[in-house]
Amino acid sequence: MDFTFTEDQLAFREAISRFLMTEAPPEMLREIWDTDDGRSPELRSKMAAQGLTALSVPEALGGLGMDDVAWALMTQELGYYAIADSMADTAYVATGLLSALPEATPRRDEMLSKIAEGDARFAVGHPVNPLVADVHLADVILLEHNGEIHSVRRESIGFERNPSIDSSRRLSRITFSPSDETRIVDAAQGQAIWNQTLNRGALAVAGQSIGLAQRMLDLSIDYVVQRKQFGKPIGSFQAVKHHLAQVAEKIEFAKPVLYRAAHALAQGEANVDLHVSHAKLACCEAAWLAARHGIQVHGAMGYTWEVDLQMFMKRAWALDSSWGDRAFHKSRVATAVLADGAPIGPQFTFGE
Amino acid sequence: MQLTYTAKQQAFRAEVRAWLKANVPSQPLASYDTREGFEEHRAWEGKLYESRLSMVMWPEHLGGRGCDLIEWLIFEEEYYAAGAPMRVNQNGQLLLGPTLMEFGTEEQKRHFLPRIASSEDMWAQGWSEPNAGSDMAAIRSKALREGDEYVINGQKTWSTRAIFADWIFGLFRTDPQSSRHHGLSYLLVPLNSPGVTVRPIKALNGKDAFAEVFFDDVRVPVGNRIGGDGQGWHVAMATAGFERGLLLRSPARFQQTAKRLVDLYKAHPEVAERDPGLRDAVIESWMGAEAYAHSAYHTVGLVEKGAKIGAEASINKIVWSELDLKMHETAMRILGPYGELNGYAPEAVEHGNWLEGFLFAQAGPIYAGTNEIQRNIIAERMLGLPKA
Repeated sequence: MDFTFTEDQLAFREAISRFLMTEAPPEMLREIWDTDDGRSPELRSKMAAQGLTALSVPEALGGLGMDDVAWALMTQELGYYAIADSMADTAYVATGLLSALPEATPRRDEMLSKIAEGDARFAVGHPVNPLVADVHLADVILLEHNGEIHSVRRESIGFERNPSIDSSRRLSRITFSPSDETRIVDAAQGQAIWNQTLNRGALAVAGQSIGLAQRMLDLSIDYVVQRKQFGKPIGSFQAVKHHLAQVAEKIEFAKPVLYRAAHALAQGEANVDLHVSHAKLACCEAAWLAARHGIQVHGAMGYTWEVDLQMFMKRAWALDSSWGDRAFHKSRVATAVLADGAPIGPQFTFGE
Repeated sequence: MQLTYTAKQQAFRAEVRAWLKANVPSQPLASYDTREGFEEHRAWEGKLYESRLSMVMWPEHLGGRGCDLIEWLIFEEEYYAAGAPMRVNQNGQLLLGPTLMEFGTEEQKRHFLPRIASSEDMWAQGWSEPNAGSDMAAIRSKALREGDEYVINGQKTWSTRAIFADWIFGLFRTDPQSSRHHGLSYLLVPLNSPGVTVRPIKALNGKDAFAEVFFDDVRVPVGNRIGGDGQGWHVAMATAGFERGLLLRSPARFQQTAKRLVDLYKAHPEVAERDPGLRDAVIESWMGAEAYAHSAYHTVGLVEKGAKIGAEASINKIVWSELDLKMHETAMRILGPYGELNGYAPEAVEHGNWLEGFLFAQAGPIYAGTNEIQRNIIAERMLGLPKA
């Protein structure tokens, strides 16, 4: 029993964190998000060079072969530095989906190799998300149709952009005509893969939400330490302290739930849906509280476009309903916990 | 990350489970806030001790069985799942015990620890005073050195079950010129010493759950001091850390309450229909208890790798105390007009256990350092915010 990370996993996270700190500062993200497409090919290829896109591609196909547990750390960094959806969707969610395909699936290995090399952008359209993120630049879009998995090129579908208040998001409504040519896996095999993909998408959001919460907490700490009123830093006032302490509490208690869910997904445990939904709810709750208390301690500055807090708040608000809204995840938890004979109680944390 | 138990850990779980199945009393013991119940619980502790199950983490020669932290979590899981009696000597076992382990002399350890493990000695704590609550450094009770003795004068309060206990530990001012956290010493005092008067304070449940303790020229040998003269604050803070942290309230206790709450909710579908918000409250309770368990295993893993528990202990205390309140509030919503019935009322539900738990849950955010104090600690020590 060892519910902690290895030195290697922690070191890789640290390296990615240091890289993103210098390569993706908020002022640069603002410039990128200001453009129509909202994406920077330069930043993307730099991230690929760091190994991010190869992280969970199987080693035989040129990747690093890491699993959901490693991603539970990496998605926190993507959140902390507000890296737009395309990275997590391609390198984590789509890669997971493609890896789960039967090995004989046409173009499976080719697609995974391309992701590892950093040459491909993937978008994933699961029915739980009415709009699909990052279709506008995607080379390949993986879509669900009656449980089947379809792989289409952007040129062969219709999409209409739906701008979000979160400047980092690029959402589209998709129209496409499923056919024998676009189908890569039938419903019999596809359904399980889609379920797993939904869980992976939800965990990607959960991890990013923790990263966002931590960033908003850090920005808020910086602000309340330097901002003075009544002759002293507002961070010395108990009411302000308690706002931020509560955020720290939520973050610290959501992280282990995220790690437990990542492990359940990596190992294909029977109750993975329950763990993932719990993680999604706990992490998003932490992010929403970090936003609420963050803006409160920033005062009017927090309500401005100019102060960086808004970039992270908006991502936190948006991601809360991405890959399953609260109603979806609460109902999955309720179904599992309230079921007759549900394995709940002290002995079932890791046992039985 | 490797989330399976070893064969040794599984065998330990099986042993504990079998022992509890054979030994947990079929009828609940009387409340340990009464003299009768207190002695029933002491006898139960003695039974645990005979099988070396009262303090599983302590070394064998001090009355335990040398378990690691994972095995301790396993023990707790089985203990609460079995519905075994509440632990009556937590002051001694979980507050004083770890302090003795860290700061006690070899002689003190060998004398006191086995007697604490067996509950032959029951302990009360003496931190608070009428004018030293959250501001504990305002302690005024004095212990002045005379030869090989300290002579104690002053008053302690909020000492849980002190009218039934045998000993009290606490902080006393041994340097009369000192102020705040300087000049305090950590002393152990027999409650039957001449000059000690213990006066019960009736708690919310109507029982003598805590007490004030008066000291009039009470003499204790210098050997009853833990740590150096004037080092009491440092020694006590270590104990306070343990108290807030994991040991005092293991996740299993709350997971068991969450499970009982789920059962209660499912047994009252008519209330659930009239109050649809209950479903959220119930599953949030389950999620909260489960998150605490995950956090505990994660922390234990880090501690086994050499990490120290710091201000995180304050987060634990806030989380379990607020969770406990929430769960019992939810139970009261479900019980509706039956919630207020005392355990002896003919129509009481589950012997009034939910009511008893609801009352005790009110104290959670207050004892062991109020949650406001805990949040100050988090803000200043974890987040680095400036002191007021």
